[in-house]
Amino acid sequence: MSPVTAVVLAIVVPLVGAVAIGLMGEERANLRETATLVSAAIVFGLVLTLTPQIAGGARPELVLGEPLPGLPIAFEVEPLGLIFSLVASSLWIVTSIYSIGYMRGHHEENQTRFYIFFAIAISAVMGVAFAGNLFTLFVFYEVLTLSTFPLVTHHGTEAAKRGGRVYLGLLLATSIFLFLPAVIWTWYVAGTLDFVPGGILDGVLSPAAATILLGLFVFGIGKAAVMPVHRWLPAAMVAPTPVSALLHAVAVVKAGVFAILKISVYIFGTTFLQDVGASQIFAYVAGATILLASLVAFTKDNLKARLAYSTIGQLSYIVLGAMLANSYGIVGGAMHIVMHAFGKITLFFGAGAILVAAHRTQVSQLDGIGRMMPVTMAAFLIGALSITGLPPTGGTWSKWYLALGTLEAGEPILLAVLMLSSLLNIGYLLVIPARAFFAPADPELLAHPVREAPMPILIAMVITASVSIGLFFFPDPLFDLVRMVVES
Amino acid sequence: MTAHLPVLQVVIPLMAAAVCAALRPARVAWAFAVLVSWTVFVIAVLLLREVLAGGTISYEIGGWAAPWGIEYRIDVVNAFVLLIVSTVGAVVLPYAGDSVEREIRRDQIPLFYTAFLLCLTGLLGITITGDVFNVFVFLEISSLSTYTLVAMGRERGALTAAFRYLVMGSVGATFIVIGIGLLYSVTGTLNMVDLGLRLSELTATRTVPVAFAFLTVGISLKLALFPLHLWLPNAYAYAPSAATAFIAATATKVAVYMLLRFFFTVFGATFSFDTMQLGFVLLPLALVAIFSMSLVAIFQVNVKRMLAYSSLAQIGYITLGISIGTVTGLTAGILHLFNHAMMKAALFMALGCVIYRVGSIRIEAFHGLGKRMPLTMAAFVVAGLSLVGVPLTVGFISKWYLILAVLEQGWWPVAALVLFTSLMALVYIWRVVEAAYFHPSPTDEVAAAVREAPLSLLIPTWILVVVNVYFGVDATLTVEVAGRAAEALLGVPR
Repeated sequence: MSPVTAVVLAIVVPLVGAVAIGLMGEERANLRETATLVSAAIVFGLVLTLTPQIAGGARPELVLGEPLPGLPIAFEVEPLGLIFSLVASSLWIVTSIYSIGYMRGHHEENQTRFYIFFAIAISAVMGVAFAGNLFTLFVFYEVLTLSTFPLVTHHGTEAAKRGGRVYLGLLLATSIFLFLPAVIWTWYVAGTLDFVPGGILDGVLSPAAATILLGLFVFGIGKAAVMPVHRWLPAAMVAPTPVSALLHAVAVVKAGVFAILKISVYIFGTTFLQDVGASQIFAYVAGATILLASLVAFTKDNLKARLAYSTIGQLSYIVLGAMLANSYGIVGGAMHIVMHAFGKITLFFGAGAILVAAHRTQVSQLDGIGRMMPVTMAAFLIGALSITGLPPTGGTWSKWYLALGTLEAGEPILLAVLMLSSLLNIGYLLVIPARAFFAPADPELLAHPVREAPMPILIAMVITASVSIGLFFFPDPLFDLVRMVVES
Repeated sequence: MTAHLPVLQVVIPLMAAAVCAALRPARVAWAFAVLVSWTVFVIAVLLLREVLAGGTISYEIGGWAAPWGIEYRIDVVNAFVLLIVSTVGAVVLPYAGDSVEREIRRDQIPLFYTAFLLCLTGLLGITITGDVFNVFVFLEISSLSTYTLVAMGRERGALTAAFRYLVMGSVGATFIVIGIGLLYSVTGTLNMVDLGLRLSELTATRTVPVAFAFLTVGISLKLALFPLHLWLPNAYAYAPSAATAFIAATATKVAVYMLLRFFFTVFGATFSFDTMQLGFVLLPLALVAIFSMSLVAIFQVNVKRMLAYSSLAQIGYITLGISIGTVTGLTAGILHLFNHAMMKAALFMALGCVIYRVGSIRIEAFHGLGKRMPLTMAAFVVAGLSLVGVPLTVGFISKWYLILAVLEQGWWPVAALVLFTSLMALVYIWRVVEAAYFHPSPTDEVAAAVREAPLSLLIPTWILVVVNVYFGVDATLTVEVAGRAAEALLGVPR
């Protein structure tokens, strides 16, 4: 199969899957779940076939149509996008397995609608990952916002409605009010929106204007959740756990930071950013977000809320990497997309497992639960280690490169921020499995002992946790791909 | 035959209107009107093709040579507007069949179609003619038939709304005819091109600026430019659904076309924009309209009236594009003529489906409709997103060009206002979406009987929804035509 076909299919197959899911419906639930799993497997397979070619230097391109003269909907696969699509498509399979256990175990309603919009969202993610110009990226970014809204408000309760309003309001408002003008401004000064290695803005923008434009992008891409446009992410936690896991730890938020990375590398160009010093101030904004989000996470007793604030902090690691605008920063940021994805999804899976098996949502209720749900909490521990950046997990490497990036940029304060953040992570994240295993058990828990979560949930968790460990020992394939980005 | 297409464009619906009044029963009148609207649509398509391929068409009525006789003159600008008007007509009339039976007394239905066809005639006539007095005649035809259409609404308020519109519309028409009279008194001609040639030498006289002022105010009343808009919300809210969909999508668009024709072809861009400083008059009015009308729309409880206020804001966008006076600005304005016609017609038609089944369009009436009328509400959502300007819909294309035109002038605050008001559109569309998808249905028996609208209403509505998406994904055709129209108006050679 030609790479171009694979690109188109990776975007179309989830949509076909959505139709198939809709046709099966609630009555043929097993077939419906098969449709989800088969589409997920096909998409992952397609992206895998692309991998060796991209690694070999190929850059398959394709123009789908031209909505506006000179502004095509176009796709071009390059290493960053490939990495993002690999992460999203592989985790779609795992999350689907998990969802089946979760949605059934939790007796959720409207499951067909859930799986349909999930598949559409994945299609949009593939569009973002393979976008060949800023316009295409913007279009799929918006589709992603709209298609995930029904997932966030899945329960239809008053709380879900409130959360959904914040979610959609903030994401659409930032994208229309800041992101879109930034795109139009770029088009106006550069005359193109193509992603070009080295950027398209060198020489057409004054340093002050470049700083403002970059600011429009950083805050306009609300999905990256840089403070103060982060409020939508905790609000989105009203969604069922699989949604929080895949979309709000991986696909949606990573679409945000991925866009920022792409814009730094292919629209501004790291050299241009360094020359005009436009990005330094935003590196500090990201640093502040890292610390503030960690501090807020301490105050959250609700497990999913705590994970949400942890995600906000971790996303800013990647933004920080992009804003450092040197090769170490970009490498660290790109690798952190992968490392954080596998770590955080494990944590969300754990939160969902605890909800399904023990009906508990608060951190303070988890003392001693690790002895009753050992697999769940062991996986949780590995996820937490990876987020903190400790061996033997993949998170070690991305933090390593980010730290190198701060040194190369001559920003010791930001290095200190990274280290302090690791300490804070230990304080609010690692403490959870520690207490679950070693603290004396909650009296209520002793009175009503709980058992391990359903098998599909455990399988999913073990897979993602193992990948986190695997990435510690074998980071080379990933590293080689990322290096192509900074060397081009 | 094809040589006579320009006159057939107007004569066919005019004759048909008279025939329609005699047809019984109502269904026959309807079928006849549909057939006419489709014929008119085909003619408009043929005319646009001919203009795009072969340039401006000039047709002399009755063989009397211009400037003595009446000339029909079709260039890219009015060929495009003809297409907009006839497209909306050809989609709304099939829809009207079932919708009208619910909303209008049975014996009045053939008269409804007569008035509808007359309105279509008037709007097409204003657009196609190259003679300013002919413009006034067709303006009266379209206005009078519109008052009738509004007055046929089923609520008592329709009569007051129609009367108010009649008063305001007549004031506007009078201003226009005074302006035309003044022009005739100094030039002795009524032909637009001829006027354009002669007026350029006469701009120093007192009469020409006065005529300009009368025409500006008169046309602004017709296009409901702030603060001359007060007749519009009630007229839209009380008219029968099919009439609202048609009028909202076409009448103000044709008025905008009149504005363009008088300012650019008759008076010339130099006189209008440099001598009379039209840009500085229109710009603040457009900005106030965009902001204040969006704000008012947010607080409406009657969804039809909400969309009426939204239309006023959208007219502001169009006027904003025109007031910039550059090729990009005019392109944005002309593009939005088409795009707004498509989205607003789709929205009003979706509302018509709701009226058909539920009988009310207050916001509470939408509770639970997401489940009971899924296709109708899906159409409303897509058209609503287009109104907001979400990518892959026509609304996005309009916003893109409008902001580009504003940025070319370096008007940052205006660009910010355009984006901010898009968010306000999101807010008022969202109120309906939330009512439809998140409020549980009322549990009484009446609500339980509500089900999806019939296909005869859904298919035309969805055709427009598809158009909204199609020209949002591939806007090459509309952008090209709008761009050429803008260049033709400004006299920029390609």
